[in-house]
Amino acid sequence: MSKSIKLLTDPIFNNNPIALQILGICSALAVTAKLETSIVMSMAVIFVMGFSNLSVSLIRRVLPSSIRILVEMTIIASLVIIADQLIKAFAFDVSKQLSVYVGLIITNCIIMGRAEAFALKNAPIPSLIDGLGNGIGYSFVLLFVGFFRELFGAGKLLGYSIFTLNTDGGWYIANGLAVLSPSAFILIGLLIWMIRAWKPEQVEEE
Amino acid sequence: MSASAEIKKTVMVALGVCLVCSVLVSVAAVGLSEIQEFNKKQDKLKNILIAGGLYEEGISIEDVYNENIKAIYVDMETGEIIEEKFDAEILSKDTYNVKDVAADPNYGMPIPSEIDIAQVRRMPKYMLVYEVMSGEDVDKIILPVYGYGLWSTMYGFIALGNDLQTVKGITFYEHGETPGLGGEIDNPNWQGIWEGKKALDENLNVVLEVIKGQVDQTSSKANSQIDGLSGSTITTRGLDAMVEFWLGENGYGPFLNKFRKDGENV
Repeated sequence: MSKSIKLLTDPIFNNNPIALQILGICSALAVTAKLETSIVMSMAVIFVMGFSNLSVSLIRRVLPSSIRILVEMTIIASLVIIADQLIKAFAFDVSKQLSVYVGLIITNCIIMGRAEAFALKNAPIPSLIDGLGNGIGYSFVLLFVGFFRELFGAGKLLGYSIFTLNTDGGWYIANGLAVLSPSAFILIGLLIWMIRAWKPEQVEEE
Repeated sequence: MSASAEIKKTVMVALGVCLVCSVLVSVAAVGLSEIQEFNKKQDKLKNILIAGGLYEEGISIEDVYNENIKAIYVDMETGEIIEEKFDAEILSKDTYNVKDVAADPNYGMPIPSEIDIAQVRRMPKYMLVYEVMSGEDVDKIILPVYGYGLWSTMYGFIALGNDLQTVKGITFYEHGETPGLGGEIDNPNWQGIWEGKKALDENLNVVLEVIKGQVDQTSSKANSQIDGLSGSTITTRGLDAMVEFWLGENGYGPFLNKFRKDGENV
């Protein structure tokens, strides 16, 4: 049991796919201008990663290694299309904002990485948990970045006004940089710094 | 395992995975298509309301649409407003889709390539145009427009005030331009620039331009120029051509002329 919990929680701080392995940065920059898009993207990635790990693990014993990568890609791509269709049906406005980035989950190296590194060698249940855990680790960073970008960039959270903008007669002058992708770099950098200050063992040796 | 057994297994696994995946994907696509179509339709109505300046967060889109908007057919060749109803399902006001009607062999027509500056090839014979009513009077006219950008045809609406010269709003409901660059045509701040700009002069010649870079506010033309989108030269050119085509004599020109004459007679 404790092993399962470790599988689920390790990728959040101890072995975060974005903060420690520096994977999946592309979407972390692209979709985090608002908290809402970050949440939907996170859910999509958790769904895809959990089920791709589960499916790859289920067929790992019959899977010939010569077509291993192709089969993994087929599974991941199918799951991403299903996630995309669900978002288009139940969160249409968000799907327009996410545009191509849902489809680009296919190329998110974290998912492929977990299928290769974990699901091929482990039983289905631990693989599912590992997938969900890494999805949550990815989501943690996305939500962190999305939270601060929307708050500083638009003075809002999930569309609700937190800081009243000066354009609406308030005191807060929106930070234009926060709306643009480079601000995510700065935020992810700060997050990595915080995590490594807290857990110095993650610092690479010189 | 022998080589042939190995190959057989590989093919079986590949086929099996493909079969399961394709079934799952088809079920999701077919099962959800009805909800997605409904969403698309709502989104289009919402964009008509945004172009007409009627949209606010939380309103009932259908109610506001039914109360304020009157849809009319315009014969694109003569500019006549057509009152009669069409039997053809494709022209039904509820489901009218510019893309489908333009492609239809009976109700679409080709645009000769020498005048097709918006690079759209075809247009509907009878366009569904939306009037924003204020009592009995037409307050604004919402014109469907489309033009080719960098990757895709951009579909949207331009609203003109009842002077037929001033832009009242613009929106796009479908496009595939690069997010963050050409995709910024969705940006409400940029769309806001269009409001109040002069699109047509007294003789209904198109004066509105979408220029590269920022508009020089001291220029005498500033009132009829729109900032281009940075990093999207080709999308910007597409927008410029789109405006010139649709508001010009090959687009809504005949209709705008008739509309204005009718207004003078009354």
